[in-house]
Amino acid sequence: MNKLMTATDVVAQLRDGMTIGFGGWGPRRKPMAIVREILRSDLKDLTVVAYGGPEVGMLCAAGKVKKLIFGFATLDAIPLEPWYRKVRESGALELLELDEGMWQWGLRAAGMRVPFLPTRCGLATDVTKLNPELKTITSPYDDGEVLLAMPALKLDVALVHVNAADQLGNTLITGGDPYFDHLVARAADACYVSAERVEERFALTAAEARFNTFERYLVKGVVHAPCGAHPTACDPEYGWDMAHLKRYVASAAEDGGWQAYMDEFVTAGEAAYQDKNGGVERMGKLPLPVF
Amino acid sequence: MSDKVEFSLAELMIVAASEAWRGDGEVLASGIGVIPRLGASLAKLTHGPGLLMTDSECFLVEDPIPLGPRGDFVPKYSGSMNFERVFECVWGGQRHAMIGPTQIDRYGQTNLSVIGDYKKPKAAILGVRGLPGNSINHINSFIVPSHSKRVFVEGEVDMVSGVGYNPARWEPGMRQDFMAIRHIVTDLCVMDFEGPEHAIRVRSLHPGVSFDEVQEKTGFPLLKAPNLGETPHPTAAQLTLIRRLDPHDLRAAQLKGNPPGMRAAA
Repeated sequence: MNKLMTATDVVAQLRDGMTIGFGGWGPRRKPMAIVREILRSDLKDLTVVAYGGPEVGMLCAAGKVKKLIFGFATLDAIPLEPWYRKVRESGALELLELDEGMWQWGLRAAGMRVPFLPTRCGLATDVTKLNPELKTITSPYDDGEVLLAMPALKLDVALVHVNAADQLGNTLITGGDPYFDHLVARAADACYVSAERVEERFALTAAEARFNTFERYLVKGVVHAPCGAHPTACDPEYGWDMAHLKRYVASAAEDGGWQAYMDEFVTAGEAAYQDKNGGVERMGKLPLPVF
Repeated sequence: MSDKVEFSLAELMIVAASEAWRGDGEVLASGIGVIPRLGASLAKLTHGPGLLMTDSECFLVEDPIPLGPRGDFVPKYSGSMNFERVFECVWGGQRHAMIGPTQIDRYGQTNLSVIGDYKKPKAAILGVRGLPGNSINHINSFIVPSHSKRVFVEGEVDMVSGVGYNPARWEPGMRQDFMAIRHIVTDLCVMDFEGPEHAIRVRSLHPGVSFDEVQEKTGFPLLKAPNLGETPHPTAAQLTLIRRLDPHDLRAAQLKGNPPGMRAAA
């Protein structure tokens, strides 16, 4: 069994109109090498499901997003995601804007194959008012509490970036926070991972094996992508690239800015992308942010 | 009052922010942003040693971490508080967060999503983030660095992201009793929700600020707390702690012009 493939192979599995979930959180451990391959493709009409960072903004900028299912889009150190903002303000996006908790509850329901999970999150806000498809349920027990029935968020595909993987599809997330990648993977018909390092077959210590957060049967493909989260952070390997993010932010204020960004960084492929960003020698040594 | 101690308005607000956590015992104190984080850290080092706190990433610390580059300081962790754990804490109600919403209305409803029409907004901000879940599950307080009618809007906020005390938004059977809004700390005053039916009251005024000025800059009617007085000034001991917690003086960049705590006479 060998699940090794290229980012191009992954994108070849994707279809117009698919619902695609992304791992990571804001500008942290996003599967950007695969995102760039989507940007190079003619895929369109995607439903993007994310705790959004630059992958949301870039896919919006490229006109690939029909619908966004999200709790936020941000670059953190730069609070406002420029291309999300621009496209959102144009009125061009269908939206399901969710509380962060509801978002993961929906993925969890999908992974558990139940139609919904109850929660208080979202009640008494415009989240439920703006999205009448979100329904409430009354507890069948004596308390009779009215709760939100967060519907399952089923994904066609999950895209996740991890620190290490093997060719069987085993993965390790070694950063301090695994985020919700396990839920994204479980909610999808197919999960593809990109990884900083790929081994033929893991031979881990017990301490290392604790960094495995979801099973290989969920993983349909493994892409070797060193610095594949750039310009987002990949704890503990490297931090986000503030200079690159600023360049990206500036593109949203320029006429033809997106095409210029594509031409400068994306169009020529991942090797050229790395060269443009100082190579993996620089990218892999970007300092982790300190708060 | 020790008027001899000089302090900035940001430092006054940090001390006021720390008061929001008074009496909370063992809850996760989440101060989002420089002033709230310093307020939470100050609370933990003074009146609230039981508070739980993180390194603003994913580990728990018992010694609040100074902001910014750390030099020789090496954090000592006491546990894990990754995002999944934070949500579990939120849903269990064991948290008191202080955040800076873009808009706040008379009910304490907050907006972090969009300004203007939802479908084609004048300005897209972050998205609702965790506000719906945080607001309905645990105590929240707010920080407002520039008190104005743009923040304290007339009517409801443009997109209700966090719940408040608006009866029209609550249906029978929904549990409202897990929510509580404690304080609003602004650059003019401290407010609370202790008026009749949770009406917002001005609790204390910062030095040199009048109630009329606060009312003038607020989009809805305010009440005066019966014991309305001046916001307590930072003590020398509190200022020493604040300087230790913020060695790079990030607090100086939080308010336009970094005004002094004692407002110059107009």
